[in-house]
Amino acid sequence: MSETKIAYSDINKDLIGFMTKTGWRYYAVVALFAAASLVCFWIPWGIQVMVGQGVTGLNVPNLWGLYLVNFIFWVGVAHAGTLISAMLYITKTPWRRSIARGAETMTLFGLIIVTLFIFIHMGRPWNLYWTMPYPSTRMIWTNFQSPIMFDVFAIGTYFTSSVIFLFFGMIPDFAVLKHNTTGWRKELYTLLSFNWKGTDTQWFIHGRATMLFASFIMPLVVSVHSIVSWDFALSVVPGYSKTVFAPYFVTGALLSGFAGVTIMLTILRWGYPPFKKYITEYHYDSMGKVILLLCFVWTYLTAMEILTGLYANISVENESLRYKILSWPHGYLFFFMLFTNSVLPLIYIFKRIRTKPAVVMIACIFIMIGMWLERFLIVPNALSRKFLPWMWHEYFPTLVEILISVGAVTFFITLFMISIKIFPVLSFFEVKEDQGVPMKKEGH
Amino acid sequence: MSKKTKYIDPADRKTIPERIKDQLAAYRVPGYYEKFDYHWTMVIDLDRCNGCGSCTTACYAENNLPVVGKSEVGIGRHMGWLRLERYVEGEYPDVKVRFLPVMCQHCDSAPCELGCPVYATYHNQDGLNVQVYNRCVGTYTCATYCPYDVRRFNWYTYKWDTPLEQQLSPEVTIREMGIMEKCSFCIQRIRGAKDTAKDDGRRRVKDGEVSPACGQSCPTGAISFGDLNDPKSRVSILAKSKRRYNLLGDLNTRPSVIYLRRVQEPLHASAGHETGMAAAHNTIAEHGSTADTAHAIKDTHGKKTQDGGH
Repeated sequence: MSETKIAYSDINKDLIGFMTKTGWRYYAVVALFAAASLVCFWIPWGIQVMVGQGVTGLNVPNLWGLYLVNFIFWVGVAHAGTLISAMLYITKTPWRRSIARGAETMTLFGLIIVTLFIFIHMGRPWNLYWTMPYPSTRMIWTNFQSPIMFDVFAIGTYFTSSVIFLFFGMIPDFAVLKHNTTGWRKELYTLLSFNWKGTDTQWFIHGRATMLFASFIMPLVVSVHSIVSWDFALSVVPGYSKTVFAPYFVTGALLSGFAGVTIMLTILRWGYPPFKKYITEYHYDSMGKVILLLCFVWTYLTAMEILTGLYANISVENESLRYKILSWPHGYLFFFMLFTNSVLPLIYIFKRIRTKPAVVMIACIFIMIGMWLERFLIVPNALSRKFLPWMWHEYFPTLVEILISVGAVTFFITLFMISIKIFPVLSFFEVKEDQGVPMKKEGH
Repeated sequence: MSKKTKYIDPADRKTIPERIKDQLAAYRVPGYYEKFDYHWTMVIDLDRCNGCGSCTTACYAENNLPVVGKSEVGIGRHMGWLRLERYVEGEYPDVKVRFLPVMCQHCDSAPCELGCPVYATYHNQDGLNVQVYNRCVGTYTCATYCPYDVRRFNWYTYKWDTPLEQQLSPEVTIREMGIMEKCSFCIQRIRGAKDTAKDDGRRRVKDGEVSPACGQSCPTGAISFGDLNDPKSRVSILAKSKRRYNLLGDLNTRPSVIYLRRVQEPLHASAGHETGMAAAHNTIAEHGSTADTAHAIKDTHGKKTQDGGH
């Protein structure tokens, strides 16, 4: 809801220009990230599949390591998309319009990385389909008691509904693109636009269906990461077995998701200045408020996680907490995490700061690091201190694990950069809604 | 297709909900195997254990456990299904070592069985917690949930140099990389004993007829194995001992391995205080809290008196 009204034709020109006019620098950056993901992600993973999981630093009892940390982290990154697109849609929040599409795209590619990490994490990834409950001649069924099975369904549902929601929202945009592009793009968009004409009936049905989808996927905002947290909370391991985990993980996921969206938007604005007209200080202001609120909730839940552990006052729990907070080097990591996620976001209290994209972006990068550390301090750390002291163990990730973790980021960026050139990263019709009543007859 | 089906009187025919209810009643209820034949149980008398390690060696020979080499063992990736935990108390030369052989406890309400998404680990009708190697997809969940850390993972596909592959037991599967394995109470021997009993026209396996490799090779006879459902069996009698405890009993996993506490004067006895490992063993027996044990051990290295975390 920017102050200056922008003509619909200018919006079309800006957004289509971003997709069709690509400089050599953009190609170079994509090629660089693609090469990095090949070297850091696919080759190490190939080696791991060929040789065995022994190339990782995993060990008994530290069997869940960096891969599961990344799994949870990327579910978190994928989380803001649903919140912005569904929950804020239903509440008719005005500032969601120009950022929703980007967040949804992030959700989709985040979930692709999540799925990849499930494969990377498994000992025999070629057998993943055994977790699918379908009647087969092998007469084998799956264990619905298992939290891992909950994951299969939660992430499967989330992925499917995200793809449908994302695609459905794009149909009117494809119709705009169909009329404004040539060559293979025109053929592709003609196919994808499903003969969208923009009649009143179509808009009515589109609005109804979006509302229906939004209310359908809104519970997923809470359910997906709750279920991921139950992977841990349903065990008997002292650092895992905590009832606070479901809200704790959901809050953390939304926090990292919003931080991720802010970083993505800032890079988009910096890379293509016309976006500054659509992603304004108003959006940074609103996102900043949400991040500030989430940081407060996160801090409260972190305190609760530790306090409930201390209140139990059993030796295993005390040892687990001591190892997490007071031992080297985890103690430093823990207090660094507190700094990035609880102290640093306090700068968002000041409106002058939270509307400065550069400052906000640095703060958000720190939040992302802090949220990654939060997962790291839970997943391998709790396993280092289980019950029998004979089996206490220190976990150090190997080069393969670190490379794959870094490579996942580069692969995500590669996918995202290719995608936003083919599929609109800002929603044409929602940006136009921001500008109010039509001024010209052309357009959608 | 003229396939004959067995005729059932409509009056006896059960409805589908009734059948499902019957199946559920018989299935996955803790202790359901008590209605069946056996409840295989192991009793380990810690008073007799001298820590020689022959149980571990026997297990390697019996179950085709791969020998992984110096570097892998150095980082703790040995494949032993049975490990001998050694807790050292006191300082040299006034030193005492306590041994605790730990293998899969075959818990009646096992945390690992909850975790596996594909039923690679489940409870069979003999009260055993069994692992189906071919079914395992390697999510690590079972080993993560296991409070005893007894599950072992195949980090690589291990190979035996010729002619060592000729000494492998044909009754036990060779495991490939990426799957979890653990103590099976030598299930192949149990199966063999059941077959022998059937061939002899008996319904039940006699007490003492079957023993896992560790129990067979233990020179001091610390490990007894048998059926807890049989009130006259050796394990049933030993299980009534006042020295009995379950490892981490407070987790309520209901293990099938019963330990008998070591009877020994504490190293640094003082009035009203138990010391070091003796106290720690009490702690395990009474509360199952083993981090206390660790502190007790750590502290007794430095200090001479310690009340064992009570």
